[in-house]
Amino acid sequence: MKIAFNPLRKLALTAALSSLLLASVTPARAEDGTIKVGVLHSLSGTMAISETTLKDTMLMLIDEQNKKGGLLGKKLEAVVVDPASDWPLFAEKARELLTKDKVASIFGCWTSVSRKSVLPVIEELNGILFYPVQYEGEESSKNVFYTGAAPNQQAIPAVDYLMNDLKVERWILAGTDYVYPRTTNKILEAYLKAKGVKEKDIMINYTPFGHSDWQSIVADIKKFGSAGKKTAVVSTINGDANIPFYKELGNQGVSAEDIPVVAFSVGEEELSGMDTKPLVGHLAAWNYFMSVDTTKNAAFIKQWQDYIKNPKRVTNDPMEAHYIGFNMWVKAVEKAGTTDPEAVQKALIGVEFPNLTGGIAKMLPNHHISKPVLIGEIQDDGQFVTVWQTNKVVDGDAWSDYLPESKPIIADWTAPISCGNYNTKTKKCSGQNY
Amino acid sequence: MTTNHAKNDFKTLPLPEHTAGPVRRNGGVFKSLLSLARAAIWALFLLTFSANLAAQTGDDLPQPLEQLRLGSMAEREQAIEQLAEDSRNLKLLQALQDGQLMDWKAESRLVIASESAKGYNLRDPFDGKAVLADVERDAVGKLNLTNKLRSVLRKAIGGLQLNADSADMRLEAVKAIAKDADDKALQLLRKRLEKERDAAVLAAIQEALWLQDLNGDDKPARLAAITALKNINNQDAYNRLRELAEPDAEADPEVAEQARSAVKKIESRLQNYAAIETVFFGLSLGAVLVLASIGLAITFGVMGVINMAHGELMMLGAYTTYVMQQLLPEYLGTALIISIPMAFLVAALVGVIIERGIIRFLYGRPLETLLATFGVSLFLQQSVRSIFSPLNRSVSTPDWMSGSWQINDFLSLTWNRFYILIFCLLVFTALLQILKRTKLGLEVRAVAQNRGMARAMGIPTARVDAMTFGLGSGIAGVAGVALSQITNVGPNLGQAYIVDSFMVVVFGGVGNLFGTLVAGFSLGIANKFLEPYAGAVLAKILVLVFIILFIQKKPRGLFPQKGRAADG
Repeated sequence: MKIAFNPLRKLALTAALSSLLLASVTPARAEDGTIKVGVLHSLSGTMAISETTLKDTMLMLIDEQNKKGGLLGKKLEAVVVDPASDWPLFAEKARELLTKDKVASIFGCWTSVSRKSVLPVIEELNGILFYPVQYEGEESSKNVFYTGAAPNQQAIPAVDYLMNDLKVERWILAGTDYVYPRTTNKILEAYLKAKGVKEKDIMINYTPFGHSDWQSIVADIKKFGSAGKKTAVVSTINGDANIPFYKELGNQGVSAEDIPVVAFSVGEEELSGMDTKPLVGHLAAWNYFMSVDTTKNAAFIKQWQDYIKNPKRVTNDPMEAHYIGFNMWVKAVEKAGTTDPEAVQKALIGVEFPNLTGGIAKMLPNHHISKPVLIGEIQDDGQFVTVWQTNKVVDGDAWSDYLPESKPIIADWTAPISCGNYNTKTKKCSGQNY
Repeated sequence: MTTNHAKNDFKTLPLPEHTAGPVRRNGGVFKSLLSLARAAIWALFLLTFSANLAAQTGDDLPQPLEQLRLGSMAEREQAIEQLAEDSRNLKLLQALQDGQLMDWKAESRLVIASESAKGYNLRDPFDGKAVLADVERDAVGKLNLTNKLRSVLRKAIGGLQLNADSADMRLEAVKAIAKDADDKALQLLRKRLEKERDAAVLAAIQEALWLQDLNGDDKPARLAAITALKNINNQDAYNRLRELAEPDAEADPEVAEQARSAVKKIESRLQNYAAIETVFFGLSLGAVLVLASIGLAITFGVMGVINMAHGELMMLGAYTTYVMQQLLPEYLGTALIISIPMAFLVAALVGVIIERGIIRFLYGRPLETLLATFGVSLFLQQSVRSIFSPLNRSVSTPDWMSGSWQINDFLSLTWNRFYILIFCLLVFTALLQILKRTKLGLEVRAVAQNRGMARAMGIPTARVDAMTFGLGSGIAGVAGVALSQITNVGPNLGQAYIVDSFMVVVFGGVGNLFGTLVAGFSLGIANKFLEPYAGAVLAKILVLVFIILFIQKKPRGLFPQKGRAADG
């Protein structure tokens, strides 16, 4: 090999080397100019169906904020991790986001069990988590901001609607056998009894995940509902099991006119993969429907469909929750002038941001937000027609007033209480474990 | 009718004398034009009226139509009630009920729309025949309904159909209005009773009227109603009688006594119906279990291969159904039937590939087979996820498979389960015939009994192994077609059934097809009898515990193989 050492080549080499050096330096310098945002949603496994959409929503929101000039003069950078629908992995990934990537806040989790898994980590490292899904309540952490519905923002208004507008007298509480339906049904049962509904007019039924043989249960519902009194099913049935359930209802001739089913886990996204024929006329309670006709909502839908490059993609309730949560966080950071978690946590309380469906969402001292409650009937195009809505926003209540053990407990993260489980009777921060 | 404006003004028509000479009080070109238009309309109206032609339907009811098209839900309700007064609106109301009535945006009017290749085929809303246009999907908007509107609509249509020519339609109408009937409805029914000739319709009207008598004050009529109603399977009657039978609910002791005995009589019938229903539920669950495990009974039972990918072969069958329905969107029923052989072929092909590619190297090593096929199952799941997306696919149920066979108010059997039960028996019989009467069947049995001897007799055992595995896999695919009708079609479909399938095969006795059949049905029925007492979760656990105990006692299942083969 003969390599002639010619000056031209030397020049080229130097240029290449220096550009290499420059390239390795630039990201380090850019790092000083960015604020990192963690996105903790499963991109694989059983929950990927629902959570991938939320990851895309976050990327869209961050992208938009950057187009507006970023935050505090810096660009936002999304750090996406995949906890793979594996609950302990949620905790590990949250730790990684906070210690390694040093994110300013995390947007993530779907199931209650994943949130419970992240909770100790986020409290230990004093991070911020925005949780966008409706849940069973009975929790308020200093580090978590709950932008989904608490039971009093979804389940209780739905029952009120059935009781007052549809004159329902007999109740079937049907759910999948895990923590969210069990806690929600416990609250609902206590609420119904407080309203004077008798024990014999309430039927409670639990089924395993992915249950597909609904014949006997639907036959029971039919029998229970044909006793001459108006009957409704309040369904906390989750995921896949819904399709065979509604199919069986249709086949056994139970129509929405006779026995309406109001569901808390069936939204636009779920309906887009279903044969909607047997579902038409059944109800769902949410804080957001894609069909709500407001300028803000139309703009949001357009933005989403343009971003995802699919004019048929639907929007849903947890997406709106992230939209509100992210914008609240942006406002709070601007207010605090820093991304320091302690300062942002304080600044978040009281921040207001308009809902897509009208009204103003406000971050309350208990880390929940105020939302309107909508009840809609399913149409055969997989959308909802709003049949009832609260005339103003409802404040989220962390601790249910209908369970005797949580009735005296409130959450208030402002001074002088500064506690997520303050017992108003004993005047103590009870330290009750959520 | 030329403009919308004229349409809306129609209800406030000027008096005829105005039309004689247009009044120009305020002058103005627009006004005069308008009154001219009115005059023209009025003249037209008089003309059609005097000619004794039925006015062109719809033109005399413009307002409710506009209300229906653009109004709020409350206005729509009003509109429906108004429309229900004229029998010419029947087609329109039925179309509204079926979700076919749409708003044609370009023309601002209501039309009946049916699916066409381009989008929608639009027809006249009153006769439903005259074709107006063929438009893109976006050109029309759907009219949304709520439950309240649906029940108003049902009654409205019932009222209009009460005098229809077809007895079936009249029966439907009677049922629609008899449900929480008011005075107006009862009057309609009484009127119809005088004219009615059809026995079924008569009986339905009579039931509604008896129920009314029961609530009245006339004691003999009440007693007669009770006597009549106790032999009839009518849910409303049963509810009402049960209320009367409650202690202190009824002032008249004789009526109360009669009601009590009537309730007793109905309840004894109810018990029988409930038992029939539970057996049917059990059989249909059993049919699903048998279908899911019968393929496994061949691969595991006859060949001794532990195939963990069995569930995924069913999943492939279900996805084949989905693809067929996508290819033939207009003919859902036909697509479903074609899917049966297609699913068999697809699953059998994949089965043969698995056998030739992997399993044949692992015969006699059950643990390795188990691991390898488990790997195959993950591979198949992920392929389906990559090809079709991880979301569940929606497989439609054809109309003849939806709904139920309503025997009476207390007993109805759902069609989809009914067909699956029959389908299961057909598949079982076919499989039995293949094993008994064909050459392949003979070879399969020979190899299963004694492989070495079979080979010595000149049977190509390797080929027979592949064919047997293909047959078992194909049957799994066929089971997938049935499953697509009752559960979700998604990548995880197979996992839900694999445990149940092994359970049935082991319980029935490995290597015995009849054992599989009996085991499937008995587990199904046992499950359904336990479920009302124990709940769905516990019933399943109890069945599992029972099988574990049973296997402890009889490790070879219900019908153990006998003879030398069983020991080998």
